[in-house]
Amino acid sequence: MKFSDFVAPEAIRSHVQASSKEGVIREMAQALVDAGKIAPGDLEGIVKAILKREDLGSTGIGRGVAVPHTKHPSVSKLVGTVAVSRDGIDFQSLDGDPVQLFFLLVSPPDRPGDHLRALENISRQLRDDGFCRMLKAAKEPVDIQHLLEEADSHGVVS
Amino acid sequence: MAWSPDMNTESPEPLCDASGSLPEQTVSREVVVVNAAGLHARPADLLAREARKWRSRIELVNESQRADGKSILELLTLAAESGTRLVVEATGPDAREALEAIGGLFERRFNEHDDRQDS
Repeated sequence: MKFSDFVAPEAIRSHVQASSKEGVIREMAQALVDAGKIAPGDLEGIVKAILKREDLGSTGIGRGVAVPHTKHPSVSKLVGTVAVSRDGIDFQSLDGDPVQLFFLLVSPPDRPGDHLRALENISRQLRDDGFCRMLKAAKEPVDIQHLLEEADSHGVVS
Repeated sequence: MAWSPDMNTESPEPLCDASGSLPEQTVSREVVVVNAAGLHARPADLLAREARKWRSRIELVNESQRADGKSILELLTLAAESGTRLVVEATGPDAREALEAIGGLFERRFNEHDDRQDS
């Protein structure tokens, strides 16, 4: 799976305003609403479901990266977006570091395989320190989009 | 679907050498991902946390792909769906105990009680 299979380009944010875990999740979910990927009426339910998932254990997987996510019946295919926080946000990460780079995923409840393949793609690409660093330093959403496209075209397609 | 003891490969009993340090041993066993959602972020987190408790090096092998058991990022690159068979390898002074603890996580389905059988 490629980034372009699930990342909505119009929902990418290079400078999130939020400074809290809930705030960044809300901002990213709102970006998906603004991009027409999730219905406004589902926003609250999706944010609550993602926060509930975070209560089970932070999705801050280390290296300043988090993958907040949930299943939700309102989506028929996996949708996601990417956001960067300049200052980093306390996400109760596994390594304790603040998180700068966020991948938010909303997947249909009956497609656990797609969710796994998206996680696989994100984690495989992020093993590249340079890629990670460039994403965190991106100035505009379009820069992030280009970096993801580059990773898609050079990475191994799975 | 669980492992059988004869699948284990071990080096001989560890004995203290002249310097007093324990020689390294590698043990391995097969595990099966049985929870419906597969090895996603939460199981990978639980697995890496467990692996980090041990001094031994721990690796998970999915056919030709290997992942450091102590790294969530690496574990997620296995994209192991429900039904996938993996080999866990542990090398070090506490390899056997580590292997048992990690095998237990798979057997307990990472404490996920699936209400669906859809994968």
